[in-house]
Amino acid sequence: MRTVVARGATRASGQPASRPGVPALRYAGLVVVLLAACGFPLVFTNQQVASIGVDTLIFVTAAVAWNIFSGYSGYISLGHAVFFGSGAYAAGVAARDWQITGAAEFALLPLAAVVAAVIAVPFGLIALRVRRHTFVVITIAIFFIFQLMAFNLSFTGGTTGLNAPFLLWGPVAFDQRFYYIALVIAVATIALSWLIRRSRFGLQLRAIRDDEDRASGLGVRAMPVKLTAFVISALITGLIGALWFFFIGQVLPDSGFDPIFDLTVALMAFLGGLGTVAGPVLGALILEPAQQYLTQQVNNSYLSQILLGAVFLVVILLLPRGLIPTAGEKITSWQARRRQAAAPAADGAVLAAPGRLGADQRPGGGVP
Amino acid sequence: MVTTKLLHAVVNGVLGGGVYALMAVGLTLIFGVLDIINIAQGVMVVLGAYLSYALSVHLHLDLFLGLLVTVPAMFVVGVVIQWAFIRPLRGRERTSMSLLACYAVAIIIEGILYRVFGPNYVTLNASYVTSSVHVLGFYLPYIYLYGFAMAVALVIGLYALLYRTKFGRSVRATMQDQTAARLIGINVNRVAALTFGIGVAVTAAGGMVFGATSGGINPNSGYDLISRLLAVIILGGLGSIGGALVAAVFMLTAEAIVDIWYPTWSVAVFYAALVVVLTFRPRGLFGRQEARAQ
Repeated sequence: MRTVVARGATRASGQPASRPGVPALRYAGLVVVLLAACGFPLVFTNQQVASIGVDTLIFVTAAVAWNIFSGYSGYISLGHAVFFGSGAYAAGVAARDWQITGAAEFALLPLAAVVAAVIAVPFGLIALRVRRHTFVVITIAIFFIFQLMAFNLSFTGGTTGLNAPFLLWGPVAFDQRFYYIALVIAVATIALSWLIRRSRFGLQLRAIRDDEDRASGLGVRAMPVKLTAFVISALITGLIGALWFFFIGQVLPDSGFDPIFDLTVALMAFLGGLGTVAGPVLGALILEPAQQYLTQQVNNSYLSQILLGAVFLVVILLLPRGLIPTAGEKITSWQARRRQAAAPAADGAVLAAPGRLGADQRPGGGVP
Repeated sequence: MVTTKLLHAVVNGVLGGGVYALMAVGLTLIFGVLDIINIAQGVMVVLGAYLSYALSVHLHLDLFLGLLVTVPAMFVVGVVIQWAFIRPLRGRERTSMSLLACYAVAIIIEGILYRVFGPNYVTLNASYVTSSVHVLGFYLPYIYLYGFAMAVALVIGLYALLYRTKFGRSVRATMQDQTAARLIGINVNRVAALTFGIGVAVTAAGGMVFGATSGGINPNSGYDLISRLLAVIILGGLGSIGGALVAAVFMLTAEAIVDIWYPTWSVAVFYAALVVVLTFRPRGLFGRQEARAQ
């Protein structure tokens, strides 16, 4: 995928082998995954497992949101914890100052999202003026400014952080309700990511990723496009940050603004496939449960940290393009080989060919 | 009163800036030659400091003598990391991949340090860390002077290496244009590995002084440090050694001056200065215009 300016080329490499039968299979798979996701908390009521489920959905959302900006535009942000933490803190400060208690706290989710989006505008205007390494470093620098502010400003509660309003839900209902809220947000985010990738806007983003100067030359107004993606990404990250805060019940300067968060989210997208729709989802579904499980079982966070780093290195060295693109290539080449192998046989059996083709097409035709 | 404080702040800033300059030069050198940002540099500083700590506690080796062991050791660590994790990276995503690889190395080293040394803060101790000299109305621990002297000596040594030797010429050629350097017969892979090693090794020396002057380090100290070092080298202009020196002294002095009136916010000076400078001059103070952008 060297130049993505041509739409057809992207399709071909991003979504391999769109043979007639494949979409049906894909929609069926999607339905199965969705049903499994809906049924998960009803089957697993064990508290540890259920809370891993909620955590995983939170990170699915965060990774997809990160990918909407960094994956599509190629600007690797290691400062998204700014939005995650700002969302959490916005919800926490509002709940404290307006004395919001119980389930009414969920009304603060949009507020948290808006606060993160508003922060993203000046952040983006400064950081998006520079590219590549410098951009990454600026995001890290701004991230540390925010962590410092959370420590030092008086309204953030300093080192003791903030507590979320107490919810009078039973333990099982608590996890289940959070699970479904997180699921709705995650599915909506994935749908948005898919829509953006298909849209003209998404195409402009990917043109910027491939060659920003050429994209500008072709009439893409780079700054507004990048900034819009950045703000959308921040909005979702802030929203999910607030939900995370309600779920955990507390936010501290170094848990809300956590450098490991930036790294984890980036790793999820890289593991699954940077810039694809399904990649970050897959990455989060693999990594977050593994990490949570390790933390619960090994009872030694340092060891799980070392393992996280080791997994990361293995992914970068062995699967530099991520699982989904690599698997896509494998499938495409496998199908090509099969077709080649089938070609001489088909020459001998001309009569059989039309019938087989028709059978293949029918299930595909039924899907819009 | 205020003049004394200001003077103290400037002296502290310059002396501390010398040590930061040493660490930042390693980072900017690595960037210049390999075109990657070694996010792990902060943790490597801490690793160097812990090595010095272990030597002084268990073998009762003097901190500066210990450098004769830790610096070569860190050189080897650097070469191995470059060979194993940086060299194999190729292709369009190399920039972001290398950042993430370095980040991964950083959290692995951090995890190992936690496991070996635990989360408690440690300080490097010696007679010259605790005793101080009285100058111009304030007390200055000897370690600041010794550390500064060592930093200056090492930076001069690096300059000599870069500008007076054949190896230095090949390093500078690689910094200017990797393809051209390869064409005239420079073994770019070897230069890259050695530069990474040197960049990490000088960092270890800086790490010892950092561990002795910063009032305690723990395995987590690397994050704060790397973000400061990054601010320094971006402000100085990526790949510019002179820029890193000037920026380090400038930043530390500014921080020390702000510290007189607003101690809790002095750390923010680093990042605020960075943001302000980049708003007006995206390539940094002494940076070249995206000379090797593509």
